[in-house]
Amino acid sequence: MIQSVAVVASLSGAVKRYGALKALDGLDLMLHRGELLALLGPNGAGKSTAISLLLGLARADAGKVELFGRDPQDIEARRRIGVMLQSSFLPPTLTVGELLRLTASYYPASRSIDESADMAGVADLLSRRYAALSGGQQRRVQFALALCGRPELLFLDEPTVGMDIEARQKLWAAIRRLTAEGCAIVLTTHYLEEAEALAQRVVVLGKGRVLSEGSVDALRSHVATTRIRCISDLDVAALSQWSDISLAERDGTHILLHSDAPEKVLRRLLDADPALSELEVRRAGLAEVFTELTRESGIEKEAA
Amino acid sequence: MSVITIHRVPPLPMPPRRLLGAYLMEARSECLRYFRMPGFLLPVTLFPTMFYLLFGIVMNRQSGAETARYLLASYGVFGVMSPGLFGFGVSLAMERENGLLTLKRALPAPPGAYLLGKMAMAMLASGTVMALLLALAVGVAHVQLGVLQMLLFLLMGMLGVLPFCALGMLVGTLVKGQGAPGVINIIYLPMSFLSGLWMPLSTLPSVLQQIAPIWPSTHLRELALKTVGMGQSPAWPHLLVLAAYGVGFFLLASRRLHRVG
Repeated sequence: MIQSVAVVASLSGAVKRYGALKALDGLDLMLHRGELLALLGPNGAGKSTAISLLLGLARADAGKVELFGRDPQDIEARRRIGVMLQSSFLPPTLTVGELLRLTASYYPASRSIDESADMAGVADLLSRRYAALSGGQQRRVQFALALCGRPELLFLDEPTVGMDIEARQKLWAAIRRLTAEGCAIVLTTHYLEEAEALAQRVVVLGKGRVLSEGSVDALRSHVATTRIRCISDLDVAALSQWSDISLAERDGTHILLHSDAPEKVLRRLLDADPALSELEVRRAGLAEVFTELTRESGIEKEAA
Repeated sequence: MSVITIHRVPPLPMPPRRLLGAYLMEARSECLRYFRMPGFLLPVTLFPTMFYLLFGIVMNRQSGAETARYLLASYGVFGVMSPGLFGFGVSLAMERENGLLTLKRALPAPPGAYLLGKMAMAMLASGTVMALLLALAVGVAHVQLGVLQMLLFLLMGMLGVLPFCALGMLVGTLVKGQGAPGVINIIYLPMSFLSGLWMPLSTLPSVLQQIAPIWPSTHLRELALKTVGMGQSPAWPHLLVLAAYGVGFFLLASRRLHRVG
């Protein structure tokens, strides 16, 4: 099978030390055209460092970092990216329109001010001063600045922090529109449902290395357990003896079961208790996978 | 087996007109941004003009227009220094801390546009202060000045701010954030005094008179006196010293900015 992939940016064997701390320990990462990659990991896993290297803000101590086949500090390469940093300060006395016009001027073929503002949902804020905006509005302005240069690769570092649900949904829609246009996106987020909703590929980092990589579904299969919750009088001690149940707990009137074969368990369960009610069956989400992966890496470290 | 072929798309070229536009847009944004900030604009314009009005004009009614002419040069230099030191130094120190500089470095802002923008802002602010002082000198103190003299005085202010921008930039790379205004004041106020901007050099102790040529402001004051027709020494040594200070501070600062960020 021949796959044709346009790589827009890559880290290969990237090592970065801050004093005695090894923030990146031989990280390999490839970003593909039109793909949304979610970069997850606990604090200190190396997400920010990886992004700094790709943006040319820091130099790798070893390994190779490429942005569009060039050095990230090369302005030609950076003219093809858009950036939304985690903590951004922007000149408070400039208006949203002025900020957009300035940022768009850095790019060879930027979007129009109106198009950028529309996409980020800030069209009604153009004449307002940045300082007069709420936190969520400021974040949307920063998103508008990130996309105004018609970037081929967009870095979004915790983009929806401080946004209400509606604003977040709008931003997600805009992100989907950008990937549909062929823009590659690197998203770091603490909201796992965000990665779940948007990402085609998820990379989980831990201690400066890739712990796991794949689609959201592939990652889920790491943790095959399904959770079953219902109201029942069945005895949890007896339930935990059933062959397909790995865990059984009582939580007040509810019981909680973990199973690798939920279909079989459900059939038996409904037979055993005709009065069973409020049944919920849920596959493991990214949150469980994430906990599992980072816990495993902790064990590995102790074993090493 | 999967074979990954990597194809690269060539970048769009940046047309020279757009590049120039980006530099101009950056300068425009910096100017707008600071001129809308009363916390910056008021101290920078009011201190030199109020001092000149008070000590140069109101309290010198007896001594007349010649004293007002002499003090126009002194307070002019005092007014040149602060847009450079504060506008450049303090803002750089703040923006190194609050992340704006990081964002500018990540964005494809053209090389040096950020610094050139600040420079343009400092030049405009300094020019504004010079124009206000000239208006007071001519309009209130009745100092006789030709058009060429006024233009040269304005030019002295706008170019003379550059070595102080470079000094401010150096301080801005050494001190981060809130500490910068204090450090800048420790340089600004004593240097103004020691270079005879508040009291004529001849009234200062002889030791201080002897070390006065160390301060860039002493040299700018000589040039300012010449523009209003009062300097005795030739201009070029002072121009050279100021240029050397400007280039020297700038090189030190950019080296540090490159290494430390």
